[in-house]
Order: sequence, then C-alpha cells, then structure tokens
Amino acid sequence: MNVRQTTVWRALNTALHDAMREDERVFVMGEDITKWGTGGGIYGVTRKLVDEFGEERVRATPISEEAIVAAGVGAAMLGLRPVVELMYSDFTLLAMDGIVNQAAKAHYMFGGQFSVPMVLRTNGGAGIGKAGQHSQSLETLFAHIPGLEVVLPTTADDAYGLLRASIKTENPTIFLEHKALYTTKGPVTGEILPLGVPAVRRTGTDVTVVGTQQGVLRSLAAAERLSDAGVSAEVVDLRGLYPLDLDPVFDSVRRTRRLAVVHEACGPYGFGGEIVSRVVEACWSELDEAPVRVTAARSPIPYSEVLENAVVPQVDDVVRAVLALVGDRHAVSGA
Amino acid sequence: MSDFTFLAGPGVKALYDMNLIRRFEQRLGRYSEEGLIRGSTHPAVGMEAVAVGVSMALEPQDSIASNHRGHGHCLARGADPARLLMEIFGRAGGYSRGKGGSMHVGIRELGILGTNGIVGAGIGLATGAALAHRLRGTDGVAVAYFGDGAINQGVFHESLNLASIWKLPLVLVCENNRYAQSAALSDMVVDDRLERRAAPFGVPATTVDGMDVEAVHDAARTATSRARKGLGPELIVAETYRFLGHMVGDTEIYRDEAEVEQWLKRDPLTELSERLIAAMVLSRSQVRDIDTDAVNAVDAAERLAGLEPFPEAAEAVENVYEVTR
Repeated sequence: MNVRQTTVWRALNTALHDAMREDERVFVMGEDITKWGTGGGIYGVTRKLVDEFGEERVRATPISEEAIVAAGVGAAMLGLRPVVELMYSDFTLLAMDGIVNQAAKAHYMFGGQFSVPMVLRTNGGAGIGKAGQHSQSLETLFAHIPGLEVVLPTTADDAYGLLRASIKTENPTIFLEHKALYTTKGPVTGEILPLGVPAVRRTGTDVTVVGTQQGVLRSLAAAERLSDAGVSAEVVDLRGLYPLDLDPVFDSVRRTRRLAVVHEACGPYGFGGEIVSRVVEACWSELDEAPVRVTAARSPIPYSEVLENAVVPQVDDVVRAVLALVGDRHAVSGA
Repeated sequence: MSDFTFLAGPGVKALYDMNLIRRFEQRLGRYSEEGLIRGSTHPAVGMEAVAVGVSMALEPQDSIASNHRGHGHCLARGADPARLLMEIFGRAGGYSRGKGGSMHVGIRELGILGTNGIVGAGIGLATGAALAHRLRGTDGVAVAYFGDGAINQGVFHESLNLASIWKLPLVLVCENNRYAQSAALSDMVVDDRLERRAAPFGVPATTVDGMDVEAVHDAARTATSRARKGLGPELIVAETYRFLGHMVGDTEIYRDEAEVEQWLKRDPLTELSERLIAAMVLSRSQVRDIDTDAVNAVDAAERLAGLEPFPEAAEAVENVYEVTR
C-alpha cells in the first residue's frame, strides 16, 4: 500500500472525487462550494469537483439551509446519495426540521420503505477565533436523535475512510469535520473504514483518556508530558458517536482502571456523561477511581484568543485532570 | 365551462375517487369516538377535488409529498383504502406498519414520500424529489401538497427559489382552505392572493377553483407538462374549504356557521355529479351507484382493517437504522 502524507481537507476532497467516480448516485451541494478561494468551498474540500463532474452533480446553492437539507432528504428518498455541505455546523440549526424530523425518521416512520442515504458534511469546533456562531461543538445534539449517524474524523486517514463509509451507509449521517484540523497532515491508506470503531491512538497502562478530534490531539500531547512524569496514558479516539462500539474503551479501562473523557463541547449533558455512564455500567468493579470529564465551560465560544482558550479544554487541563485522577504518587514538573 | 371529453373520460373516475375520499374521511370521527384512532387525524372532506384533479395529471414515475391532511392525496394516487385505514388504526398491515399513523403514511410503490406532521416539510422533500428526477434524467415530476398555513413557513420561500433557479420539475399545490388550524388566512397575511408569492421567484402561478375538479385537473396538466419539459416549477393555488374541523374534535369556534353553509353549497362532489348528469354521461342513478361503490369499498377496508392484528411490540425498535448492505 502506497501510504502518503496528506492534509485532512485534501483527504476529504479525494474521498469525494473517488465516491463520485465510483457511484453515479453521489452528488454534492452546498453554499460556495465551487467558486470560493481556489474553487472548492471555504476549506477547499470540494475543490475542482465541478471541473470533473459538472454543475449538475456539484451544485452551488443559495443560502437556504433548510431547503438544501430538505432537498437532500427528498433526493435520498428517491435513491440518490447526496453529500450536502453546510458551511459551519452552527448553520445546521437552520435546517433542523430536515435533519431531525425528516431525515432521521423517514426510514422508521414509513415502516422501512424508504432510506435516507444522505451525508451532511459540516464543521464544528473552536480554536481559530470564529467566535460564538461559527465554533460550536454540536455533536451531542445529533447523537441524541434516533436514526442519525454521527461521525467525527480526526486524522487524514479517518477523513478519507470515514467519509467514504458515510456515503455508503443507507442511513443519514452527520459528518462533523473539525475546522482547526483541515490543514493537519497524516498518512492516508485509501481504505474505507468501518463506522463506529474507536481507534487506540496511544497505548498506556495507568489511565484511559477518551476523546474526539481536538480532544484526542490534546490528549496525545498531554500523554507525552504525563509520560515524562511517569504516567502512562492510553488515548482512545471515538471517531464518532453513533454507531459506536465501546468495547475497545471497556477493554482499555479494564486494564488501566481509570477513565478521563475529553471534549470541546460544554460538560453538562455532553457526550462525556454518556461515555462515563456506559463505562461505569460495564466496568464498575474494575474502576479504581471515579471517572472524570475534561470539557468546555458552560459558555458560548468567545472570540478573543485568551478567552477561547480559557473556555475550551487545553493540553494543560488534560494533564491536570489526569494527574488528579492517578493521585499523588506521580508528580509532574511544570504541570 | 365543462369539457365533454373530460366528463366522459376521466370525469367518471374522478367522481368515484372523490366519493371514495369523502366516504373514507367521513368515518374518521366515529372511528375516533370508538377508540380505533389515536392522536391527531385531519379529514379532507370538502377538498377532494384538489387531490383528485392533481393526481389525474400524474404518471406512475412521479412523486408526491403530502402533509397532515393527506389521506385524500394517497387515495387519489391509488392507495389501497384498507392498507391506509390499517395504518390509521395502527395495525401491522398498514403502509407504514403501524409506525406512522395518519400523519406518516409513506407508499414507496406509488411515489408517495409520506404524509407529514410538519405542514411545509413536504415542499422541501418534493423539491429534492424533483432534483432526483432531474439528475436521473427521467421526465418524472414531483408534487408538494400543502395548505395556506404552510405558505408562511420559510421552507416554502427557500424551496421555491431553489426550484426556480434550478428549473426543477416541481409542482407546488397550495390547498387554500382559508384556515391554518384556527387562524384565518386574512389574519395571517396582508395579501391573501397567495399566487402573488410566486412572482418574485420567477415562478408562474395560477389560482383555480378548488371545488372544480376539472379546473384543478387542467391547471395540474399545464403545470406538470411544463415541468416535464424542463421549464421549471409552478405554483397552483386551489381555493377550497374543509367542511369538517381542522381535526377530529375541533370545536370550530373560529368560523361562522353561515360561512360553512355558503361553502357547503359548493360541494365538489355535487358540482361534478350535476355536470355529469347534465352532459348525459351518467344518469342520476348511476351517480348514486358510484357513491354506493365507494361506500362498499370503505366498508370492505373497514372490515379488513378491523380484523388486522396490531404489530408485535418487539417491532417498535426495528427500522430505526438500516443495515448497510
């Protein structure tokens, strides 16, 4: 396998090219996806698609989130495979009827007659100063809705493999990219990855740190520092919230006997609560300590960098939380 | 003025379909009292000519998206009254296997993308269906049925614009029955000539007498043939009235009895019957026979639906997700 380094945005772009070449039913639509910047949306993900596939299958839309998503649902019910892009996940809130009342329920409410194999691509997350209405982490909102799949790619390989898989599933999928990770690089194998399988990003023995996207990367950075202090952290990337096979997390916690969950959304009612709950149900007798959550404050995302960093969990926050979890027997210089 | 070709041809079938819808819908109140129906049920008595007139202009490959008042749209499109009633009764043999009820009847083989609990949602879904017809290169069209209430939802405006810039094969059928639940149209819009809402989007629109099935049919034929030719969407505003309340149990304090009486004089079934008799296409007794046939069909549906078992409780959590093949 020829494994090359590529950015997340380009991996996504390649995935769209490959999916559209392979399956005529795949088409993309969204705001500014053909003529912005270098010709492919604000983060380049749809770059040059229109050159290869034309304006019928690569459709630049007016700013009409509700209609775009609803049209995606209707087209999917007739057997097409729309990949709908909304520029920021915050804009999905204008399209919630199509997502929650129509897409998520059409298969169920009509007794299995229809499928909605639509992918709604958008990006969430903070970190680049986009402030309150362009930086939210809304994954838990979607994960709570029966009928939706929620995918959260971290690496370039995930970006390619999980987007291909999301386009192939029969269910409506909310594919939430992270806006701060588009230009990060990694190897891409070109394999289509199964949905719902967490990846162990770093092995360790003292604590299991579970997260998604930026939470994973910050946990990995924290794990480096913890390692200097003699704490061995295992980092597990969920890669999505539904479907989700938590067995790798349970297996890990049974070995490390401690759990921390890291996420960028605010803590109360966030997915950390669900992960902790499931782990406690499955591994109660094997836990040495009560699990902890490292999450954003219950606050909108502020603009100024110092404020944004204060709200969203940073590497230091993960280090501190893990040290508290493993107890006094470890001391970290500079933490 | 009636066209003999219409009366002698589709007119007779139209009369049967309208009677079928009328007889079907008239029983919902009793079914509700008898505890056979749960939740909300919205009869379309008085509005039969719209569903039937539009459906007669459709081809098998076409799609429709309906709303909460959708039994008539389904029956006019050829739904089996027994399976429709089974769904409304929550039975296993219902079109949606008892999971949807009156407001979520989907019929894939008839291109029915569901009745809908969100009044304007079908407009967006039909826009997508029209896009699918276009991308597949078929000459299929998509029809959205919605009321005068839905015209104030954003999805109407967004979809009309989207369908217009893309010239999608979409026919928007606004059934203007003058009330959005209890809200009179005149209280909720400044200009009640709803067809004017299409012009800013470059979409042609026509207002028709929704009590005249032939007029509806003509308008629908014009709109669907334009759409099939790739000329884009059209809005049809059908002026109609619901003879019953918004839903079973409506106290109807928001409208005068005198107004209802006036509209009852415009009963679309009576109008079509009288025309068929005047044109000597049918005798008065043949008109009665057609109604009897409709009553018999609903009787048969009622019998079958009453005997149909409820779904197994275990089915409640099936079909939430589809297993990817």
